[in-house]
Amino acid sequence: MAALGSPARTFRGLLRELRYVNAATGRPYRDTAAYRYLVKAFRAHRVTSEKLCRAQHELHFQAATYLCLLRSIREHVALHQEFHGKGERSVEESAGLVGLKLPHQPGGKGWEP
Amino acid sequence: MWRSCLRLRDGGRRLLNRAPGGRTASVGPGLSPQSPARAYAPPTERKRFYQNVSITQGEGGFEINLDHRKLKTPQAKLFTVPSEALAIAVATEWDSQQDTIKFYTMHLTTLCNTSLDNPTQRNKDQLIRATVKFLDTDTICYRVEEPETLVELQKNEWDPIIEWAEKRYGVEIGSSTSIMGPSVPAKTREVLVSHLASYNMWALQGIEFVVAQLKSMVLTLGLIDLRLTVEQAVLLSRLEEEYQIQKWGNIEWAHDYELQELRARTAAGTLFVHLCSESTTVKHKLLQE
Repeated sequence: MAALGSPARTFRGLLRELRYVNAATGRPYRDTAAYRYLVKAFRAHRVTSEKLCRAQHELHFQAATYLCLLRSIREHVALHQEFHGKGERSVEESAGLVGLKLPHQPGGKGWEP
Repeated sequence: MWRSCLRLRDGGRRLLNRAPGGRTASVGPGLSPQSPARAYAPPTERKRFYQNVSITQGEGGFEINLDHRKLKTPQAKLFTVPSEALAIAVATEWDSQQDTIKFYTMHLTTLCNTSLDNPTQRNKDQLIRATVKFLDTDTICYRVEEPETLVELQKNEWDPIIEWAEKRYGVEIGSSTSIMGPSVPAKTREVLVSHLASYNMWALQGIEFVVAQLKSMVLTLGLIDLRLTVEQAVLLSRLEEEYQIQKWGNIEWAHDYELQELRARTAAGTLFVHLCSESTTVKHKLLQE
């Protein structure tokens, strides 16, 4: 069995990701179908007297997987926009990425028009 | 004379071939007059043309509505999914698109489209065979002989998973340092083929997707059987890369970018498999006084 931590933690993480997702549309995240479904699912599987309830573990695994999906997509998009979203970089920008600067010649290089 | 003729004709053909190539490159999309000729603009993303995303329950399953239009697959079939949770997750994907629709972030939608359209026209047997084929070149069965620390790392991290899989399915997998990879007995393949045959087509599409991402059948089995979390499976799949990162440093726009993309794809595939293969039964507990 994979170690997942506490379900409450996963739930809070999911709510945080839903808030990010719904910042796009500007609507409160509590109005979304995803929020209602998650709350319902977490409530329904909250109480169990079994020591090891497979159904509960399965649900928690799915929730953790979904949390991983939402979080990774958000971070992937952020990285994509930062580094890959704008097409090819100019020579100055490329040099800046690795902490270099292009040489500066006060009178120009002599061959510009 | 004869030879030089040949050469001339050859050279001429090469010139002819090059000409159209050069032309298409110069009129490629996204070239504006002020931008330099080398600039490459990524393919345009579609504008978000809808306001509300909703779900309706139809005959074949759950459907997605964008405003009042029904979502369709690339082959113009009606987009229907078997489970409510999956429909909600897909709807959330569409709803989370800001201004433009970024198709490269919508992995669950993509997986559903693949399952609905089946663009490669494969049947169940072919799909299973394509999946099990990865076992011959499974990432975690290939070991290095040097450096010493990496050998030890691979042994410590990968061996328990292989042992678990061998015990769980009662098969023999093993590992190897040879370039030819481990020799997996035919019996193992039979067992896994018959195990995979118990999944439906949708789940199998997801399984093949995850296997292709992680480059490992064993790690995928670990995900399906809830033995590994997505984060753990991705870490194990990238073990050598992580080792190199620790030694030489992390590059955000290459390593982190790939890590997040791999995690997103693996998580989407895993969730897809679980949501498509489960059958929910609700058993109410008897109330006791």
